[in-house]
Amino acid sequence: MQLAKVVGTIVSTQKDNSLKGYKLLMIQPLTDELKPSGVAIAAIDAVQAGVGDLVHWVTAREASLVMENSFAPVDAAITGIVDQVNREIDVIKDKKEIFVSETDEK
Amino acid sequence: MILGRIKGNIVASAQYPCYDGQRILIVQPIDEKGDDKGDSFLACDAAQAAPGDVVLVEREGNTARQLLGTANDPFHAVIVGIVDKISNK
Repeated sequence: MQLAKVVGTIVSTQKDNSLKGYKLLMIQPLTDELKPSGVAIAAIDAVQAGVGDLVHWVTAREASLVMENSFAPVDAAITGIVDQVNREIDVIKDKKEIFVSETDEK
Repeated sequence: MILGRIKGNIVASAQYPCYDGQRILIVQPIDEKGDDKGDSFLACDAAQAAPGDVVLVEREGNTARQLLGTANDPFHAVIVGIVDKISNK
């Protein structure tokens, strides 16, 4: 799962029958700081997202599970429209005590 | 399984129905010394993790579906445990 921004739409007429009736969008994967992470990819839309929306999406085998035919040839699917991203960097305690080296212990 | 640090969470209202009621957290992958490694991603929470926690994360769908849902739910990443201590040689 990752964040992404919808950057465009795709129109395709000649395609596998199991993809018919589904919307295809171009998405740009993002980090939590909303900076691009990798290149833009095409994804199936399961939640009626639009261009400009911040979304979350899944990849791999799980992507085709949003389709009616769960063996459809799909490897990215938009699974939700994100309303809010809460980054709690300021309150994060630095848990250095978790990472100990054996030389420290002796 | 990989190590990660929780950086926060996201809120989504319009989403695929299986995600309703799931906590979705931002995970920053880290190395064995606790330094950031690579880009952050999202994961569902099965371990009641909080921001700042060092966690074990599975980025693989079958585990996620077994922990969170049925065989047909599109879950991919899941937090499976909170790390107490890591000893490095």
